[in-house]
Amino acid sequence: MEKNVTLVALFAALIAVLGLVPQIMLGFGVPITAQSLGVMLCGTVLGAKRGGLAVLLFVVLVALGLPLLSGGRGGLGVFSAPSAGFVIGFPFAAFVTGLVTEKLRSGNLALVAGAAAIVGGVVVLYAFGIVGFSLIAQKTLAEATMVMGVFIPGDLIKAIIAGVLTAALYKARPASVLSRA
Amino acid sequence: MISLTSPVRTRAHDWPAGAKLVGLCLASVLLFSLESPLAQLVALVVTGVLYALGGGVFLRTGGKRLWVLWPFVLVVAVWHLVTGEMQSGVVILMRMITSVALANLVTMTSRLTDMIDVFRRLMTPLRALGINTRSIEIAIAMVIRLVPTLILKGRHVVDAWRARSKSKGNWRVVLPLAIMAIDDADHMAAALKARGGLVSRSGRD
Repeated sequence: MEKNVTLVALFAALIAVLGLVPQIMLGFGVPITAQSLGVMLCGTVLGAKRGGLAVLLFVVLVALGLPLLSGGRGGLGVFSAPSAGFVIGFPFAAFVTGLVTEKLRSGNLALVAGAAAIVGGVVVLYAFGIVGFSLIAQKTLAEATMVMGVFIPGDLIKAIIAGVLTAALYKARPASVLSRA
Repeated sequence: MISLTSPVRTRAHDWPAGAKLVGLCLASVLLFSLESPLAQLVALVVTGVLYALGGGVFLRTGGKRLWVLWPFVLVVAVWHLVTGEMQSGVVILMRMITSVALANLVTMTSRLTDMIDVFRRLMTPLRALGINTRSIEIAIAMVIRLVPTLILKGRHVVDAWRARSKSKGNWRVVLPLAIMAIDDADHMAAALKARGGLVSRSGRD
């Protein structure tokens, strides 16, 4: 019980740190935010329920007024901005990522977690993000997909990284990878 | 941890946060139902006046917080310039800016403790369902306390990487950072247990 709560809190904090420590996110020559990598890791490491809760906790703290989103953004304005769908979709993305990781128990963890991160952290997350953008910017879903689609390659790379990191974490701290415990 | 509440005290700081949130919801619904450019302009100007009432520093801080919208403003503006639907473009842009500005206004005039109180009240139905909300409250406090600590550890990891490599540090530094987070969670769980734990108390709350 206590360990579940502390793991949920620590991973919520980890998402924030991945968005705030800019040096971490420099890869491939392009500064991409590692925040969604944190969301994927919550799912692949903590599993559906606890991973979803960790990300939900993070989103609640953003709503309460803490500047935890990448670039120090936060507060209620985040939920009215055209990117609101992504923030609202974060907990669902982590939940689905965790669900897929838990269901596919056999097989290489790096591959399974990477695939789960693509399903949850890219497909589900962009479904929310695209609907959000189309509602607020009043564009059709196809138009919104065109605008938001430019960010998908970066997130696919992050999903693969999430898979590799999950396998490495399982080697280092097997008892704490709850999706496999 | 610094919250986004404005350090400049305004009269609105003393208003109940719950009422401000209800007002924000109503205002947002109204904004999305107004289709005329004139009505949207009035809403934008009124919002600007609300910021100005807080004084110059307050107004500038609010303006800076809106600046993050520029990529979206650019995309929508270019889009409507190309398609030629100027009026709808102007309405969409004004509405976007006003709704975000109003939401930011509530965040800027509400202290973190007041917002947490509202959140606690919103969780009342969960308590009725038998869910232990005390652990949620403890988790909130833990994240607020842990983010600065974890940022510091993140900087140390990045520095250690830089001491050994020419590159600025890439995704590989996430692994030691995640391991540190997991180990911290272990230690904190042990500390919580040693102080009576979460389960034993929940029954009495």
